[in-house]
Amino acid sequence: MLCDKCNKNTATIHFTKIINNHVEERHLCETCAKENNYLDFTFEVPFSFEKLFTGLIDSMPEDSGKRRVVACPKCGLTYKKFQEVGKFGCAKCYEVFERNISSLLKGIHGHNTHQGKVPINTKDKIVQKKAIESLKLELEKSIEKEDFERAAYLRDEINRLKEKLGEI
Amino acid sequence: MVKWLEGIGNDEDVVVSTRLRLARNLANYRFPNFMTDDEAEALTDEILNGMKDNVYDVPYKFYRIRDLSDIERSVFVEKHLISPNLAKKLDGGSFLIRNDERATVMINEEDHIRIQVLMPGLNFEEGWEISSKIDDSIEGKVEYAYHEKFGYLTSCPTNVGTGLRASVMVHLPCISMTGHINSIIEGLTKIGLTVRGIYGEGTKASGYLFQISNQTTLGESEEDIIKKLNRVVQEIISRERSTRAYMLDKRNHQMEDMIFRSFGILKYGRIISSAEAMNHLSNVKLGCDLGMIDYIKPKDIIKLMIKIQPASLQKTVNRDLTYEERDMYRAELIRKKIRSLEG
Repeated sequence: MLCDKCNKNTATIHFTKIINNHVEERHLCETCAKENNYLDFTFEVPFSFEKLFTGLIDSMPEDSGKRRVVACPKCGLTYKKFQEVGKFGCAKCYEVFERNISSLLKGIHGHNTHQGKVPINTKDKIVQKKAIESLKLELEKSIEKEDFERAAYLRDEINRLKEKLGEI
Repeated sequence: MVKWLEGIGNDEDVVVSTRLRLARNLANYRFPNFMTDDEAEALTDEILNGMKDNVYDVPYKFYRIRDLSDIERSVFVEKHLISPNLAKKLDGGSFLIRNDERATVMINEEDHIRIQVLMPGLNFEEGWEISSKIDDSIEGKVEYAYHEKFGYLTSCPTNVGTGLRASVMVHLPCISMTGHINSIIEGLTKIGLTVRGIYGEGTKASGYLFQISNQTTLGESEEDIIKKLNRVVQEIISRERSTRAYMLDKRNHQMEDMIFRSFGILKYGRIISSAEAMNHLSNVKLGCDLGMIDYIKPKDIIKLMIKIQPASLQKTVNRDLTYEERDMYRAELIRKKIRSLEG
């Protein structure tokens, strides 16, 4: 087969381009392919997966009434920018856009809550946070019952745990 | 040399390899796509430092992408040791590779850290154990980006949660030839698994080799992801084997003819493209697995499939080759290799 472009050399490079069901085939020789920048494709991903799920994001309801543009304080990413690129800028983005992300993740994974491995450091922190929460409940109850001795003990205990977590 | 393929794996007549990949990020740095060069440099130092005492149980070697030539980078990709995406990260990308090539820690790919473990044959259990240990040892020294609800945070929301992508590379010539592959791909997609070509996202299947992996990473634990994939792969293995047996029984002569024709082309051909070579090598591997060509090990054919890829080929001759030259050198390399395997 001869090259589509020069019609002189043998075509050694064959492309199939499919855009919106329109199939286009090209057969080129190495020289013509190089001239037309057709050779830089070795591991190129021809279609972007990000676009697929940013489509998903676009179709999601926006927070009504909120006109203020929120940007991540750490990396400066706005949600609009995220919709364009499909990638977050830093870990903080997940907190800043938490509400949108929760439903986005549900759309992608079918779930929005992690199961499985937890970093060892974080595991301790979560256990302690839960302990603080239950101590706080107990504290409220003992104040209601006017058991101030117990309440003072609980308050100290909560402060001790908070200090350990670095919250104080 | 493809070191990670050495040793004996399970179900190697169908499963070429098992791969586990964990995506991790550090809490205090912006994700790689948003980083400055200085940040990338500081992050690399921190990760290297973090791994020094722990992970170096087996010696690792460190490479920066920018220090490698185009061909060298592509050879790492062709051997499946680094991702195509990392190979493009000339500014901040680097990686650590374990001497037996079974584990790679990629730095500044799409995420700060990508741990990859490769095993020959089907072996999720050991693969997971190794990757989780490397993960633990890094975590001992750095602070990971982790969210109580969303799990391990990643640059792309498709990897969030476990950050785990588990996959197998399978050789399915008979399921493919009988046309059953399409219904299998459809079925796998329905249960949340993906099928891709051998060089990952967007690549075409060649040599009847397919990569099957989990699609989602959030909501199922690592063990559950692996268990599900394992069960499905077992099912595919038994289908491929029964189809092979059926074809041997009903179409024995045609099978033999196809396999030995391919063998002949590889043994005597003078010009061969990589697509054609992959196709014939796949047939010959099938012949080896079925015992028709019993003096060649199927694994040697798999290694040859990697060696004939464009960059690996150019590395062998140590210079850039034109397309036409490549096809000639490829044919020569295959002829020589088969002759040496035949002893």
